[in-house]
Amino acid sequence: MGGSAGGVGALDVILSALSRDFALPVLAVQHLHPSDDGSFARHMADAARLPVVEACDKERIERGCLYTAPANYHMLVERDGTISLSVDEPVNWSRPSIDVLFDSAALAWGEGVVAVILSGANADGVEGMRSVKAAGGFTIAQDPADAESRVMPQAAIDAGVVDEVLSAKEIGQLLAEFGAIEKL
Amino acid sequence: MGTMGEAEVEPTETDLLLEAVFQRYGYDYRSYARASIERRTRQFLSATGYASVSEMIPEVLHDKELLARLTRYFSIPVTEMFRDPSVYRVVREEVVPLLRTWPHFKIWHAGCATGEEVYSLAIVLKEEGVYDRATIYATDCSDEALERAREGVYEVGKMKEATQKYQQAGGKASFSEYYHACCDAAAMDGSLKERITFANHNLAVDEAFGEMHLVFCRNVLIYFNRELQNRALGLFTESLVHGGFLCLGTKEDIRFTDVSNRYEAVDRRARIYKKNGAS
Ligand SMILES: C[S@@+](CC[C@H](N)C(=O)[O-])C[C@H]1O[C@@H](n2cnc3c(N)ncnc32)[C@H](O)[C@@H]1O
Repeated sequence: MGGSAGGVGALDVILSALSRDFALPVLAVQHLHPSDDGSFARHMADAARLPVVEACDKERIERGCLYTAPANYHMLVERDGTISLSVDEPVNWSRPSIDVLFDSAALAWGEGVVAVILSGANADGVEGMRSVKAAGGFTIAQDPADAESRVMPQAAIDAGVVDEVLSAKEIGQLLAEFGAIEKL
Repeated sequence: MGTMGEAEVEPTETDLLLEAVFQRYGYDYRSYARASIERRTRQFLSATGYASVSEMIPEVLHDKELLARLTRYFSIPVTEMFRDPSVYRVVREEVVPLLRTWPHFKIWHAGCATGEEVYSLAIVLKEEGVYDRATIYATDCSDEALERAREGVYEVGKMKEATQKYQQAGGKASFSEYYHACCDAAAMDGSLKERITFANHNLAVDEAFGEMHLVFCRNVLIYFNRELQNRALGLFTESLVHGGFLCLGTKEDIRFTDVSNRYEAVDRRARIYKKNGAS
């Protein structure tokens, strides 16, 4: 999942729908001030029922955990199910960048990926959504009408890379269903 | 099923590319974290116009110039002055007092990129009055990055942020004393360079060098896989004197590595460790 301006509010709503035994791992990039020292992760830990981990390099990805990208680092998924961080240049003026996370997830997990683009005021994430879709994954945009800042989800919709447009509440419900199916 | 999708072919192609580069030129990127390498390979493909990695491999094998361009994508020297100011503050408050107890001490910056980190630490040492006792080795595997590090000339536009971070790091003077601005360039003061030797060193293939009191290796290990991380950490452990310090990037961790029992944490958040006597 990726969010920018207004993204945290949307994440709060979505995560409140996911119970402790959610069967999928969740990775979240939220655009932060570069000097943020984990306050986003702490906020999510309070808001979510899932255990929240601010990703460290080579962190092993476990089901039912929420991994947040630390400020000033890109977060990437490796094929062996671990997280890599990088300090490569910002992408779309953003580090962490949603594109970087989504692109790497598409390469590592292909059709197993569900990518969600949330409220935000720039166009980060559009290329990543394209990669996820091209690799057979499923893409969701927060309904611009439901988003505090509509630019980012709208950019993805306009680019034709979105499978479903849903409110944050509906995204939470749908992800909970995906989790339930995964458990079968 | 039928033909394999791009996502399945790409790891094999990347393996072949990295193997070819290693066999032909001796540059070893095989143990780098793959996600970044693949991202950069794709960027390289779109910049050069090759349709696939397979199409590019024979060209890279025969064209040294192309290889040079590719490796430029693989080791991107992104850095900044006083990145993570609080780390420099801890160095100033917790590490320098112990460095002071040695009449002479050696520092190794491994993966120094274009040098900003080296000059940042040099400033701290100057302000603490121990710079003249230091011998500083700053290494990287990229000659281009080293050349720029030696020059020590940066965009003047970056100095504003650097000044803020310098202050957050506990800077005692005015940051502008340390550089000379000319047009849009800021040249680091020559007195900061006196004790610094820049040299090429590749953590994937080269050996340790000795008797270090402080090793700085920040945001380099994140680009390596576990195996290469352990190799590099092994070099640092071999290089450090007992009681010497290791400073890693703030999201790098020696827990779960081969050398974890060789160090005690001095400051966990700043990722500053002290080598202990055990072996
Ligand atoms: C992101 S920069 C880190 C710069 C600086 N230490 C900092 O934290 O700001 C990573 C540097 O590691 C260097 N590097 C990559 N692989 C290396 C290797 N095998 N041996 C030595 N340096 C390497 C790159 O050339 C690059 O300059």
